[in-house]
Amino acid sequence: MSLPTTLQVENICKIFGRVAAVDHLSCEVRRGELLGIIGPNGSGKTTLVNLISGYVKPTSGRILYNGQDITRIAPHKIVCMGISRTFQMVRPFYQLPAYKNMIIPLYSPRIRQLAGGKYGDRNAVALDLLEEVGFERDAHVAYKPAGTLPQGYLKRLELAKAIALSPDLLILDELFSGLSLAEVASIVPVIEKLRLAGKTIIMIEHRLKELFRIADRIMVLNYGQKIAEGASAEVMESEEVKKAYLGSEE
Amino acid sequence: MFAGTLIFALINSFILILLAIGFNLTFGISGVANFAYGALYIMSAYMSWTLLNLLHLPFWASAAISIVFTMIAGAVMYRFVLLRVRGQALSEVIATFGIGLSILELFRYMGLVGFEYTLPVFWNESFMIAGVYVDIQRIAVVVIGLMLVVGLWLFTHFTSTGLAFRGIAQDERTALTFGIDSDRMATLSVSFGAGLAAIAATIIIPLGSIAPNEGYDVLIKALAICIIGGLGSTGGVIVAGFIIGFAERFTDTYIGSHWTMIVSLAAILLVLAIKPSGLFGHQKELEERI
Amino acid sequence: MKKRRERIDRGIKARSEDVYALSSWREMLYLAGPRLLPAAAFLLLPLFLGVYWQKVMISVAVFALLAISWNMLAQTGMISLGQALFFGMGAYVSGILNFYLGIPPWLTIPAATVLGGTLCTLILMPVLRLRGIYFSMVTLIIPLMLVRIIEATKIFGGTEGLSGMTPLPSGLTEVYLVTGVFLGVLFGLRRLMETDYGLVLKGIRDNDRSVTNAGIDIFWFKTQALFIASTIGAFAGAFMTHVYMFVGMPVFALDYSILPIAAAVVGGSGTLAGAALGAVMLVPLSEALRGIGGLRIVMYGLFLVVFIVAIPEGLFDYIQRKYHQMERWVEIDQ
Repeated sequence: MSLPTTLQVENICKIFGRVAAVDHLSCEVRRGELLGIIGPNGSGKTTLVNLISGYVKPTSGRILYNGQDITRIAPHKIVCMGISRTFQMVRPFYQLPAYKNMIIPLYSPRIRQLAGGKYGDRNAVALDLLEEVGFERDAHVAYKPAGTLPQGYLKRLELAKAIALSPDLLILDELFSGLSLAEVASIVPVIEKLRLAGKTIIMIEHRLKELFRIADRIMVLNYGQKIAEGASAEVMESEEVKKAYLGSEE
Repeated sequence: MFAGTLIFALINSFILILLAIGFNLTFGISGVANFAYGALYIMSAYMSWTLLNLLHLPFWASAAISIVFTMIAGAVMYRFVLLRVRGQALSEVIATFGIGLSILELFRYMGLVGFEYTLPVFWNESFMIAGVYVDIQRIAVVVIGLMLVVGLWLFTHFTSTGLAFRGIAQDERTALTFGIDSDRMATLSVSFGAGLAAIAATIIIPLGSIAPNEGYDVLIKALAICIIGGLGSTGGVIVAGFIIGFAERFTDTYIGSHWTMIVSLAAILLVLAIKPSGLFGHQKELEERI
Repeated sequence: MKKRRERIDRGIKARSEDVYALSSWREMLYLAGPRLLPAAAFLLLPLFLGVYWQKVMISVAVFALLAISWNMLAQTGMISLGQALFFGMGAYVSGILNFYLGIPPWLTIPAATVLGGTLCTLILMPVLRLRGIYFSMVTLIIPLMLVRIIEATKIFGGTEGLSGMTPLPSGLTEVYLVTGVFLGVLFGLRRLMETDYGLVLKGIRDNDRSVTNAGIDIFWFKTQALFIASTIGAFAGAFMTHVYMFVGMPVFALDYSILPIAAAVVGGSGTLAGAALGAVMLVPLSEALRGIGGLRIVMYGLFLVVFIVAIPEGLFDYIQRKYHQMERWVEIDQ
């Protein structure tokens, strides 16, 4: 555990109206780690992601990324610092072909900076990236309008868009939800490959079995608070976690 | 002079509130920006005038008929035009704008302009308050304005339709799951907004005259108040109405009448620069849609 | 027996999308014709037209520029109800530069184009942070308020306006200057909207969250689009000041807001060429109907409603479809 901390969340609070969606939460993610966040519906997981990615500003507390305070920074700037995320509800540009959806992330200042001004053919890069997440090139799926693609491909497109930004920290918000077992099985290797490439990943999931197989560490949220943290097996043994999940699932 | 300015500023504020409240109600509930609002205001006034002068109906009857008719016109506009383009901001804006434009320009073409086109005052008397003469019509503006604001508050807090309105305004999808018909509510909201425009016309027109240009004026004023107060917020309309109402009167008295429009424009630009969503606005950049 | 309409691309369209396009004159013409013909018409017609119709052409080009500017904003998700703001700002800036400082037109027009565009951008910038109809509301009321302010404070000539601007050298210079800029802007912007930059702008309209999430500052990109659009509008205004040799309150009038929107909607609100087509159709129509006076604006209003509800994609899309595809009725297998 000597790896440097990538993300440090300090005592963060977000209150919507009278409800504390995230309630004095602290946690940290180390470089190269895969942290899984689980919890019942409404436990504040997505709000936490929105806080980290800057879409929602916290009521109190702060977030440090590589030691730098990013609490009040605009979402697009956070992306350019190397944190990219996926959304639970995918909303691609329906009329555009799938690969054209990839152009916008490839146009971002971060990528232009990394590529050193000249980028070359974005279309070719887009097709390569889509192939990586499982758009079979021979079947020409990438050329079809995004609106005609099934959910499995849309989720993969969402993942590809996040990867296209070449992030250091990748946040996946319920990437597996709405996918069949086979589809999940085909995405898992993509995530494992990203880990081998040294990316730090935070995953929010309801599909516990798949998550436990790949996560290094699990954090459990309930009512906006952290109720358990640790390796997958021991977390599920915790009394509080059992109570939170009792009757709901697993 | 100061007391008089104060009284007229108060009256001016209530005029502005009356003008803006209908537009704001419709937008607050269904998200429809009714750019035909000024046209509905003028249409209702012409209708009252026609009933009164050509059919010789009593004033209260012609006012009531035109208010009801304007409400029906609003509902019809929603049902037959807006419903088809619901949710597409571009089409909604252009459709209502086109309707308003056609109505107003048609009136202009028909040449319905002149001092004879006005509605009668309720009572032709005036009072002496704090050293200035104030006619009863202007007092009626304040009284009816107050009654409408309170009535609207009671309506949205204690009647089932009003509660459904607030439900739709807060979260359309959740409201749908409770069995609230959002199309019906949106129709009603446009209709009520139109009705409020008609009521405003009945009270305010007697102070001036009916003219197509007045329709654009009403729209400008309603939009200005809503931009400053924050779209969809009734509290915002009231506060913005008072700010602009007082600012206009005081600049008129102490600086010069041609400065009033500059004050309004400056207020808009200032609010936009400091808090773009308006004083009480909830329109945020992204937060609400995640 | 149920039937449905089937649309099939013409063979020539499929061929000309490929390298074959360069192998035959027919295919090349098929591709270039729709672009070259109108351009050639615009460039040659002034030579044969009388003074009156030259003026109509100027009007067409000016309204086409305003419609293109409107469309550019609409494609980025901003619905302007006040093109008159851009037009009037350009007109007044060039008028003031010429009237008070005596600067010649070949300097005032470019200066007013840039300065007018910058002023409009600065005024509207704060609204860009908000989504939805705020932009429409603000663009609608600002020109109308500016008129009142000029009227009340009597600045820049007040209700009388400023007159006696330096005219452009000749009628033909006027026509060619404005049609040249119009064609340049039309084809240039079409090109721009097809690039990756244009894709980002259109992305902001469809789904701003997705664009933000790609690390792109939507506010900054919207500002750029607004600047491009308002500069185009300001040019039209600056140019007209020198054609009329006058600038006054009418430049902020609703006409300059409504006709461009009507043109863009009738022609097709999704494409820049549609906006131009709309102007080419509506402006001469409007000239022909001069006799009915105010009823014309009623007609534009009704056009807006009918087209936006019934034919939202506009005429250009329809023509394009007929050009590229054939239709036939086929039976539906039950």
